[in-house]
Formats: sequence, C-alpha cells, structure tokens
Amino acid sequence: MSEVFSLAFMQRAMVVGILLGAVGGFLGTFVVQRKISFLGSGLSHAAFGGIAIGIFLGIEPMLLAIPFTLLIAVLMVFLKKKADISADTSIGILFSVAMAIGIIFLALNDNYSADAYSYLFGSILNVSVIDLWVVVTLTLVIAVAGKIHWGRWAYSTFDMELARTSKLPVETDEYVLTLLISLLIVVSIKVVGMLLLGAYLVIPAATARIVSRTFFQMSVLSIVIGAVSSIAGLILSYFVDLPSGAVIILLQAILLLVLLTAKRI
Amino acid sequence: MPDYAIKTSGLTVEFGNNIILDNINVEIENGDFVAIVGPNGSGKTTFLKALLSIVKPSSGEIKIFGKELDKIKPGEIGYVPQIKTIDRSFPANSIELVLSGVRNRWLGVKSREDKKLALHALELVGAADYARKQISELSGGQLQRVYLARCFASNPKLLLLDEPATGVDLVCESTINELIEEFNKKRGVTVLMVTHDWTAAYHHTNKVMLLNKQLIYYGNKNEAFTELNLMKTFSHLGHKHKVTFGLKSYE
Ligand SMILES: Nc1ncnc2c1ncn2[C@@H]1O[C@H](COP(=O)(O)OP(=O)(O)OP(=O)(O)O)[C@@H](O)[C@H]1O
Ligand SMILES: [Mg+2]
Repeated sequence: MSEVFSLAFMQRAMVVGILLGAVGGFLGTFVVQRKISFLGSGLSHAAFGGIAIGIFLGIEPMLLAIPFTLLIAVLMVFLKKKADISADTSIGILFSVAMAIGIIFLALNDNYSADAYSYLFGSILNVSVIDLWVVVTLTLVIAVAGKIHWGRWAYSTFDMELARTSKLPVETDEYVLTLLISLLIVVSIKVVGMLLLGAYLVIPAATARIVSRTFFQMSVLSIVIGAVSSIAGLILSYFVDLPSGAVIILLQAILLLVLLTAKRI
Repeated sequence: MPDYAIKTSGLTVEFGNNIILDNINVEIENGDFVAIVGPNGSGKTTFLKALLSIVKPSSGEIKIFGKELDKIKPGEIGYVPQIKTIDRSFPANSIELVLSGVRNRWLGVKSREDKKLALHALELVGAADYARKQISELSGGQLQRVYLARCFASNPKLLLLDEPATGVDLVCESTINELIEEFNKKRGVTVLMVTHDWTAAYHHTNKVMLLNKQLIYYGNKNEAFTELNLMKTFSHLGHKHKVTFGLKSYE
C-alpha cells in the first residue's frame, strides 16, 4: 500500500485534494450564508462548457474554461443585481446554454465518452502537473485575499446593507468573491466532477454551521472538514476504484448526517 | 456648523417605474427627535435607506450635517434596521454584532478591549445577560436592544431607527423609548424613528413627519395629527373610522 503514495500522480492528487478541500470549505461558508448555492451548481455547468470547447480544440481545457466561466460569473452577478423577477430565470437559462454548448462540443469529439465521464464525476487520475501549479497558485491568492478581507466579506455576508452603512465596498466584494468561487470551480472540476461540485461547495460549510456559534468558528471548521474529507475521499476512491467526486461527497454527507443526529440527541 | 442635521431637496426615489418617494423637501434640525409615521409601503424605510446611501435617489439632494453623503464617516450615523429584514441564520453572538458597528468589519478574534467595549454598550441597554447568545436564540425585543447597543457603541450623531419597538412587549417598549429619549436629550443626538405607535410618537418625540410617498407634514408634533393630515396620509386605506379614533386618543 505504501508504494501507492510514492507514486507521483498520487502525491499530486493528495496535495491538490487537501488544497481544494480547504479552499472549498473556506469559500463555501460564504456560499451557504449568502444563500447562493445555485451559483456553485450553475457555474460548474458553465465551466463544463468551457472545458468541452477546450477538449474539442485540442488545447489545455483550463485555459479556455477559466475565462469562459469568469465571463459567465460576471454576467450572472450583473443579472442578479437587476433584481427583477426574471433574473432567476435568465441565470438558469444562461447556465443551461453553456452546458448545451459543452455537450455539443463533446459529442463532436472522438474521445467523447472517456473524457466526459471523468469530467462529470471526477477522477483522481486527471490531475496533471499544470493542475497542481494552478491549484497552488489559486490557494495562495485566496489565502492572501482572505487574510486581508475576511472581516469585510463576513460583515457583508451577514448584512449587505449594514456593511454599506459602514462604507464597505460591498459591490466590489461580491464580484471578487464570485470570481474566486468561479476559479475554484474550474480547477475542482477534474477532481470532483461537474455534477457534484455544487454539493462540494456547500456540504462542509453546512456541516460546520451545525456546530459553530460564530462565523469564524464555522470558517475554520469548514476548512478542516473540506480538506480532511477530500483527502480521505481521494485515497478511498483509488482503492475502491470509484469516481473520486462521488466518494468525497458521500463521506461529507455521512459526517453531516452524524453531526445532525448527534445534535438532535 | 449648520443648525440642521438633515436637509433634503427634491429627494425622489424610484424602483423600476414606481415612484416610492416623491420630491421630499425637509430640514431636520440638530437635536430633534422625529417620529416618521405613515401606512405600510409609504416609503418610510426607503427614506431612511436613502439617508444611509443604501438606496440611490433617482434625483434630488441629501445633505447630512452639511456634508454630501459620501463624506459621512462610518459610525457617524447609527442605524437599527426593521427587524423583519434581519438574517437570523447567520452564526453570530450579540458581542460580535455590536462590534461590527464599532470596527466596521466583522471580527474573527476579539481582543479583551473589544469585548469590554461591547459588554459596556450591551449593559447600557440592559442586554448584558444575552451578550454571548447567538442572534438566532434571541427574541425580537432582545435583538432590537442588541441593535441599539450596536448604535450607541459607535457614538453616532444621528440615529435612524426603523420601528425599534416592533414585536417588543410594553415594558420593554417603554424602556427602549426612554433609552432613545435619553440619548437624544443627554447627548444631543438627532433621532429619526419610524413608528406605527402614535402614542409613543406623541410622548417621546418633538417633531412628526407624516409620509405617504410625498411629505404630508413635517413640523411640531402638536399640529401634526389633524384630521386633514391623517386623511391625506392614510387616505388610500379608506378606513375613516380608524383615523377618527386615532385623533380622539390625543384629544
Ligand atoms: N428594493 C426594492 N425594490 C423594489 N421595490 C421596493 C424595494 N424596496 C422597497 N420597495 C417598494 O417601495 C415601497 C415602499 O417600501 P418601504 O419599505 O419604504 O415602505 P415602509 O413605509 O417602510 O412600509 P412598512 O410600514 O411596511 O415597513 C413598497 O411598495 C415596496 O414594495
Ligand atoms: Mg418599513
């Protein structure tokens, strides 16, 4: 068993797993408390579209998926700000169109089934050296931004209007947070898979919420839960030979259930 | 320093194609305690939000302490939002809520001074007992007190209160009103309080603002509640009897 962990790809996957889990847990607290979990699911559809185009054109999928997803994210926040009843609908349509584009480009591709499968459900075997560096960079960026701005982000997450009366740039912060979440989604898609990304962003934070009395506690706990469940899920998925995303989500859901039950008793 | 705290000229707010506030011209003097009275949906909350630059007017001008709104420093204006708009699912305790108004950011780790400061403000409003309770565990009245503590802690020169006594029992309501009055009288803080409780408006304040999209009346409380003014303010309700009843209770 120990030789498995000396495999280069396994080491890569574990580093990527821990970092993504931690960053996902951190950003997930904002997703949960701002009640924008549809954003996670929606943006992963968008990212999938971008990746499919990349595969079709034969270039590094992430190079295309990142700008593609960021563009859709900006559009979405903009639409949401218009705040009329149709915003919800137009956002839903936007994501489905991005997804449809993805499906069509994948269908046009010869390697359709193999690639699609791993992008839908996640696979530890997907993680390349490029991915590793992208994830390390993203983690550093989010760690630094989070260290500086957490107090602002938390405040406007609690109450955007109160934060505005404290003269905080809540609009800018909303865009920044959405862009960071989009970046995380694009780089997580290989490990977690498009279909489960929405849950991946939400479950650790929702679990942490159950046992936390302050938002700070919730953040720390969510980071730990995200990191631990991701690495445990990755390792387990390798040995049972199942899609990594599904195994991670199931582990997280079990923990959520245990804590919920424990709290009730 | 000019002698008015708030001056609006031609203040108009629209949402979509709906005019919510129509050409409001009002001058509120320093040290006044103003009751804002009007039916549901008459723009009371929107008026406060315009003063706080939460809502952007479509036209008109607002000056507070003689300054443009973007020159107002955080903490200069204290705000107690309408309780039904508060997100109680957020994991936070009373101390953190108070400190957010003082430090203008959310505090993850709180220093000893921070906690002392928050506790002091909570004691002032009689909320020290639930300083460490989560906001989701507080009753409406308790939460209102915590929000008041949050305002008081930042030493504002202007207090904007949106129905601070809603959902609060009688004893608690009079305590809250007395607290606010004390703040107004002892510290010279200008107060605007949205209320549906005319008795409170009458007993504690010195000015009344009647609002129904347009400014119906602004001035001394004694001349405010005339039949004509009340008709204009509440006319769309069509309950003439209620209006008359309201008048009688003051005469
Ligand atoms: N963000 C918004 N977008 C669109 N319409 C809004 C918005 N906020 C308020 N309104 C509308 O503006 C009108 C006035 O609302 P406002 O909250 O100021 O009334 P109010 O006098 O405070 O009422 P209440 O006594 O019920 O608190 C209402 O018709 C409301 O539907
Ligand atoms: Mg209101």
